Amino acid sequence: MSADNQLTRTQRGDLRIIAAMIVPASDEYKVPGADDAAIQADMLATLGRDTKLVAAALDHLARLAGAPLAELDAARREAVAQEFRKSGGAAAATLARVVLQCYYRDDRVLRSLGIELRPPFPKGHVLPDGDWSLLDPVKARGGSMRQIP
Amino acid sequence: MKDPVDVLIIGAGASGAAVAWSLAETKMHILCLEQGGWMNPAEYPSAGRDWEAKFYGEWSSSPNVRGRPEDYPVNDDNSPIKVVNYNAVGGSTVMYTAHWPRLHPSDFKVKTLDGVADDWPIDYDALTPFFEENDRIMGTSGLSGDPLSPLTHPPMPQQPMGLSGAIIGKAMNKLGWHWWPSDTTVATMDYEGRARCINLGHCTPACAQGAKSSTDITYWPQAIRAGVELRTHCRVREITTDENGMASGVVYYDKDGVEQFQPAHVVIIACNGVGTPRLLLNSASSRFPNGLANSSGLVGKNLMFHPYAQIYGYVKEPTDSNRAPPTCLWSKQWYDTDLARGFVRGFGVQFVRGAGPVFEAVVSEQKDILPWGEDHHRVFRKLNGHRLGFSAICEDLPEEHNRVTLDPGLKDSHGIPAPKISYTISENSQKMMDYALARGREILETAGATDICVNSPIPWGGWHLLGTARMGTDPERSVVNEWGRTHDVKNLFIVDGSIFVTSGGVNPTSTIQALALYIADQMKQRLANLFD
Ligand SMILES: Cc1cc2nc3c(=O)[nH]c(=O)nc-3n(C[C@H](O)[C@H](O)[C@H](O)COP(=O)(O)OP(=O)(O)OC[C@H]3O[C@@H](n4cnc5c(N)ncnc54)[C@H](O)[C@@H]3O)c2cc1C
Ligand code: SF4
Repeated sequence: MSADNQLTRTQRGDLRIIAAMIVPASDEYKVPGADDAAIQADMLATLGRDTKLVAAALDHLARLAGAPLAELDAARREAVAQEFRKSGGAAAATLARVVLQCYYRDDRVLRSLGIELRPPFPKGHVLPDGDWSLLDPVKARGGSMRQIP
Repeated sequence: MKDPVDVLIIGAGASGAAVAWSLAETKMHILCLEQGGWMNPAEYPSAGRDWEAKFYGEWSSSPNVRGRPEDYPVNDDNSPIKVVNYNAVGGSTVMYTAHWPRLHPSDFKVKTLDGVADDWPIDYDALTPFFEENDRIMGTSGLSGDPLSPLTHPPMPQQPMGLSGAIIGKAMNKLGWHWWPSDTTVATMDYEGRARCINLGHCTPACAQGAKSSTDITYWPQAIRAGVELRTHCRVREITTDENGMASGVVYYDKDGVEQFQPAHVVIIACNGVGTPRLLLNSASSRFPNGLANSSGLVGKNLMFHPYAQIYGYVKEPTDSNRAPPTCLWSKQWYDTDLARGFVRGFGVQFVRGAGPVFEAVVSEQKDILPWGEDHHRVFRKLNGHRLGFSAICEDLPEEHNRVTLDPGLKDSHGIPAPKISYTISENSQKMMDYALARGREILETAGATDICVNSPIPWGGWHLLGTARMGTDPERSVVNEWGRTHDVKNLFIVDGSIFVTSGGVNPTSTIQALALYIADQMKQRLANLFD
């Protein structure tokens, strides 16, 4: 069974909405929200070992909301989200992490941040060697380790 | 029955690799049993786009989160600091951050100097040649001549200062405080078959480039070429003894889960400060009812973690974030005792360059500095790529109530009882941590940082596992003697971090390996009368 099927339809709907509340789309930064279809698909496909806690978080959210999030008005949704953050514990933290880890590897998001679309290996990065004369005052001050009798 | 081996080493991590390599020249039959397998760098996280997410799952530094079959669970519910490690050829060096200070000469004399804990039965000078040998084989980079640290001769130049290093250096200069480029085991040039660091920035959960020195790519290939046999996926359940109270061999589960007995003339334990007491306690028998080598009652006691007091903030200028090895500079400004600070002993500082985008988002959301909703994007752009960190490695003094015991219920996949940790942060350590945080805050504010956050202790920071089978000359007050042999069992040795008497205020692995090489050297010198 794929991770996709491990969340119910209602849970998937709530995940989409809460994800957009965490990271909404922005015209200013030209980025999608975390409810974007590709980002949601990535989340569902890679839930893996987080499935249980994410499902528990969504159950908690459903209890707080009393109805699918989509059916609540904006103010009520906001209040439920606040309460969820406060009382959701490890499960809510896992849900937020799953949303953010998929969001911040999306090509469009990384591009907007000016981050290259590639894994670190094998190209790596270049680091300025820096101006080691900054160490001169430390050298000039000197000092010594604690002496032992 | 299998033929006996001359020397059986349990654990192929930092210390097990060093002792195996050193003893290889004796041409004895040396066998190492390791519960994990060989690593495959092609599978390391930094080779994939999901490299950061992996740290929260299969590449977590916590064995409880990872839960690989090679791992054993640790009950650390009774500790504010959770145990992290890695179980494979290379041990926890596969996952370490490669920061490479040594204990200072004064660390071996804390009773004499400060009237606390105990002096070590050996001194810094006894280890000097082994520190040097170890640095050569592990391959270190750094800048010789730090006035406040022991003299080292790294074979490679220090890491680049980068953007973060320059900001930290300037702030430290303004405050008139000591800082220096860290010695690390990151190769800054091609070295003995290892490619130089290309700043993948993902050193902790394993280096795909092979630039970070873990013992699977340094000591082990050499030890194996010299004739040492390494059997992987072999988990030792217990050490057995004969009618003379000598170690006779070990019972282990092989890669197929089949129970085996391996006889040996000498047994060396290198399972780290949690794995070693666990094994000794699991080796209780009618001859040794309280656990093997435990007539002192000290096996598992005096666990020292080094509580980490971490503080970080965000500067206006860009920092190196994930585009460099995480550690680059250290400070020894507060290393030595100054009672005016309100505590005894001191701490080393490890500066941290920054973090990658996923880590930044996840942690900042948890810390409540990254909001949900519309403002998320603006704030994230302010934080991401602008982080600077300060971690104080606080010297933990030995206290017997901080300990490793066997959990009555929890077991590993072979049904072997798992370790249980009971640990509290002492008043002295707490004062030291608070003092360190105040200094860290001054540094960050001097650098212009805002949004300052604290992790004190770093909860998943139980990476230094020390003191649980301490060294000493008095069999009633220690588990091993001054050359690593257990007082109770004359052919049983311990070479890992559990033999530390005190912890110092620096990362321990350089000293752990120097000790392992020293013990191997002592054994070689005494081969004719090793059991006297
Ligand atoms: C995330 C992280 C970051 C770190 N950063 C640094 C750093 O920057 N600098 C530093 O100095 N140190 C650092 N450390 C600590 C460093 O990794 C350890 O100090 C060092 O590896 C300890 O060496 P050891 O030989 O005692 O044990 P380990 O290297 O842990 O090796 C023990 C080995 O024994 C094996 N073993 C255990 N029990 C059994 C059994 N019953 N049967 C068979 N095999 C067994 C294990 O599988 C393991 O391979 C870090 C550690 C971690 C986890
Ligand atoms: S920064 Fe250097 S040492 Fe660290 S993972 Fe990258 S190449 Fe390896």
